[in-house]
Amino acid sequence: MALEPGSPGPQAVEARPSAWGGLTVLLDTPAKRVVAIVAILLVMAVAPQIFGAYITVILTNALLYAILALGLNIVVGYAGLLDLGYAAFFAVGAYSVGILTTEFGWNFWATLPVAVVAAAVAGVVIGGPTLRLRSDYLAIVTLGFGEIVRITARNLQITGAASGISGIDQPWLYGWHIVSQSDFYYVFLALAVVAVLVSVRLANSRLGRAWLYVRHDEDAAEAMGIDRVRVKLAAYVIGAIYGSIGGAFFAVNLTAISPQSFSFQQSTLFLMAVILGGMGKIPGVILGAFVVVLGPEFLRDLGSFRYLVFAVGLLLIMLFRPGGIWPAGGRR
Amino acid sequence: MTLVTLLAQQLVNGLVLGSFYALVALGYTMVFGVVKLLNFAHGDVYMVGAFAGFVVLSLIGGMVGTSWLGVGLSILLSMIAVGFLGVVIERIAYAPMLRAPRLSILITALAVSLVLQNSVLSLTQGQVFAFSPKLGFAGINIGAVFINYKQVALAVVAALLMIGLELFVSRTQYGRAMRAVSVDRDMSELMGIDVNRVIAVTFFAGSALAAAAGTMAGAYYGSIWYFMGFLIGLKAFTAAVIGGIGSIPGAMLGGLVLGLLESFGTTLPGIGSEWKDVFSFTVLILVLVFKPTGLLGKSEQERM
Repeated sequence: MALEPGSPGPQAVEARPSAWGGLTVLLDTPAKRVVAIVAILLVMAVAPQIFGAYITVILTNALLYAILALGLNIVVGYAGLLDLGYAAFFAVGAYSVGILTTEFGWNFWATLPVAVVAAAVAGVVIGGPTLRLRSDYLAIVTLGFGEIVRITARNLQITGAASGISGIDQPWLYGWHIVSQSDFYYVFLALAVVAVLVSVRLANSRLGRAWLYVRHDEDAAEAMGIDRVRVKLAAYVIGAIYGSIGGAFFAVNLTAISPQSFSFQQSTLFLMAVILGGMGKIPGVILGAFVVVLGPEFLRDLGSFRYLVFAVGLLLIMLFRPGGIWPAGGRR
Repeated sequence: MTLVTLLAQQLVNGLVLGSFYALVALGYTMVFGVVKLLNFAHGDVYMVGAFAGFVVLSLIGGMVGTSWLGVGLSILLSMIAVGFLGVVIERIAYAPMLRAPRLSILITALAVSLVLQNSVLSLTQGQVFAFSPKLGFAGINIGAVFINYKQVALAVVAALLMIGLELFVSRTQYGRAMRAVSVDRDMSELMGIDVNRVIAVTFFAGSALAAAAGTMAGAYYGSIWYFMGFLIGLKAFTAAVIGGIGSIPGAMLGGLVLGLLESFGTTLPGIGSEWKDVFSFTVLILVLVFKPTGLLGKSEQERM
């Protein structure tokens, strides 16, 4: 991943004056940032009361994407590994919950640890042998893995084959039956907040610094005593767990899951959220998730052209602003 | 049907499938050899090739008919048109990125793939088009095995294209320049090779082969749609890796090996055709894990 001199890498882009100069000034001190975060959380907290049911559904979906994009961001943005099969982990979580609650009558909350362990195991199984490979081989292996999971889910009886699993019970939490759309909105909001906190803490941890190092120069990192395979594997597994938890709550929110929800296109949407906003930058990734979910809603009039608009947008961003739309700053 | 007939039939099927894989795998491997780029969009170039062949055939079908001559001409014209498309893609999307970090190039390639797919999706409204040239169902019997002329023609065309490519790369000035660039790009430039032109030729040739495969696949299977390049792109990449990415004979060999593996693998008890793709991806992962250099590849240092 080392940059050659004069290459238009992220650093070179970050040095350029940002078109978002005004926003950078708005957020340039910690105090201002706290105010901004509190303001955003307050707006998010009252959003379902203000905007009504339809928008609440869309915002819930955006929050789900934010959680998944934050997880993928750990793999792609922090550790610099391209994962094109992230929907597989999303599927592992969703199917763990779906199978255990409907076939075996488990309580939803009891299935969560299973979903997490299953995702971690899947992450190790696929990441362990392949993380030693060149980075572009990894991309294609993850793609193949994503397809394997989807096809397997489509062909097995226990996963309900092509029609999937339906009738998944919505969970109770201390006498609160999480059932309405706004209930789920708040659950996803809380999950997203936790996801952000974990991401921030991880970025500033010893592991986070190791990722930064491995991302910028793998060989130098190894020479400094970082076990690059282990560090990458950690990113891979943590990303998988994010995806699995997202998938678990996705399953109880919709109460029905089917293989179409875990396609390659889904994986590219998650990746797009990470890249549009800005790999490695938490506010950017969240913004990216909202753009990916809300964008097609705004472009609904364009019909099938909206995906073309999105694809061209992704290409333009890679060519002209490879660091994403969120302005760069700080240590990263 | 006896076991021998079944196996012989699967051999024919495997060779047909393998020819498609090999033609598409060549494009991956050539581009990878010269610019060290994994062209994710290559499967979609194949898909565009199929549509180009379809459009050409509907335009010229009135004059030359939609039989062998018409299909042959549409393969040729589709190859030329899509070859130029490949060059345009390289110029617009990849040329500015070739010295950027690896992750950025990969994502750019993915973006190109999405642009091609969604362009065709928008133009066709996602419909499946019937590509039905009048090639008949005649064929020849060898023992108990029936091979129709379409399969024969397909194998012959694929073989001719591959021989042509091999001669081009080993005997011509451009071919030598191409090999030089794949060994050391900067040094080639210092030796007076016009590297940009070599890259353009490489993309032209790779895309043209994919277009030939796409048009033939359309005519052979009888239907085309915007998503048809996704799976074959993945499979062809698998073939290129099995053969050793960067190696041209490797891609041909890998294509045939994968085609045969798939057609025989799915006749094994317990592996029905619904598991076909799982089977080939598992092969891909196993090859990458145990022999990442492939059958004919040389070990290579990761670009720093």
